[in-house]
Amino acid sequence: MTTAQQPAPALTWGLRGRGPADVPVEADGPPDLPEKGLLGGTGRGVRVCVVDSGIERDHPMVGPVAQSWRVFKDGDGVHVEETEEGDACGHGTACAGIIRRTAPECELSSIRVLGDRFSGSGDVLLEGIRWAVRQRFDVVNLSLSTTHDRFEDELRRLADEAYFQQTVIVASAHNTRVESFPWRFSSVISVGSHQEDDPDLHLYNPEPPVEFFAPGQRVQVAWLGGTSIRSSGNSFATPFIAGLCARILSSGPRLTPFQLKNALYLSAANVRVHASR
Amino acid sequence: MAQTIAPVVSAAPRPDPAVAELLQTVVDTARAIFGAQASSIMLLDATADELIFEAVSGQGQEFLVGRRFPAGRGIAGWVAASGEPMVVDDLHDSTSFDRDIAESTGYVPNALMAAPLIRRDRVLGVLEVLDPSPQARSGLPELDLLGLFARQAAVALHVLTTHEPRPAPDAPDTPDDPSRTELRRLLSEARRLLGE
Repeated sequence: MTTAQQPAPALTWGLRGRGPADVPVEADGPPDLPEKGLLGGTGRGVRVCVVDSGIERDHPMVGPVAQSWRVFKDGDGVHVEETEEGDACGHGTACAGIIRRTAPECELSSIRVLGDRFSGSGDVLLEGIRWAVRQRFDVVNLSLSTTHDRFEDELRRLADEAYFQQTVIVASAHNTRVESFPWRFSSVISVGSHQEDDPDLHLYNPEPPVEFFAPGQRVQVAWLGGTSIRSSGNSFATPFIAGLCARILSSGPRLTPFQLKNALYLSAANVRVHASR
Repeated sequence: MAQTIAPVVSAAPRPDPAVAELLQTVVDTARAIFGAQASSIMLLDATADELIFEAVSGQGQEFLVGRRFPAGRGIAGWVAASGEPMVVDDLHDSTSFDRDIAESTGYVPNALMAAPLIRRDRVLGVLEVLDPSPQARSGLPELDLLGLFARQAAVALHVLTTHEPRPAPDAPDTPDDPSRTELRRLLSEARRLLGE
């Protein structure tokens, strides 16, 4: 299998010769905020892709993996192919386990952009994100970023493409105070860590660019060999929000990315909604 | 992820013993601050796809410097490729944790902290801390502190790999280059963080 080259979707620049009745939209309302517990459903029917180091197969904390691909580089460029390989590091498996815990019935897939050889180049990451977007996953978990300015424009285009086709990219902020992408873009949902013990708590950041905080300290995560370890960092806060997105989408499949972000915002523990005046 | 990778390892002798000493002080200090069993700095040799121990404090100090292992694997490999720090604990329960690599280095940790050494867009290597004390383990503040040390080490590495012959002892001082200025700033930041 090689990288899909699909035509870009048609653009609509204005409404000419048509009226409101010609552009009906069947929508889902925002989910009711629960008094306790997590928002939304179980993730059933929602396709989630983890762009990372792969996912270990048959891990008890991860369960079934629907499809696995890997991005690799050779003399002819960057390619994507299906793979039976699991995870060379454990990081992707850790992310997948958190998504599974949060949205137990979602469909999980993997695209591996790290772990074959040392492949710390932005084009491999870019191709992995492009592949996930072109496969039209509902949610893409990206606990990675690039510091390379030269990939910024293409990443922004991809993030916009995802946004308009209703693919939600949930992206980690860098763990140190450096500029990186694509978490900086408003078209994605960006995530950092909080230090609270509640494993189901998320917060809205009133001072973006990081928009949400989720559990990222001493998180029990799936690891290689069917085991688990504890780890910290934005990498593990991000899949919790990705799992929440899958939950919300399973209860409202027609929700747009901006409705989804609004649902996360309204359900954040630090957001108090006042009555209209 | 996605830093530009360039070979930074030369077979040539290190030109500046002071820089090597600086790397050693970084790992010694990191080990002391975290109450760790060991700390090390590994350089990335992207051409050979390997990480090489450049400075070691504690366990393995006598024999690890110069040892190589594959750069595409394990936690250190992920850190080098992603450009992100990582802290993990309870590794003894993970039977497949880089076990062969850990055993080849003569020490199998239960906890590990690793941060990339980044100079602008280039990953130069990885700073690791093995088995920090339980009080200084796997939390976000420790991740931040480790990152600060890693930045300091990266500046030192940058000086190492772009070294030019030092002026004669009687030559007038040259203006500080940006690396040395940044190094001084980081040292000052570290002192502030440590409450000195």
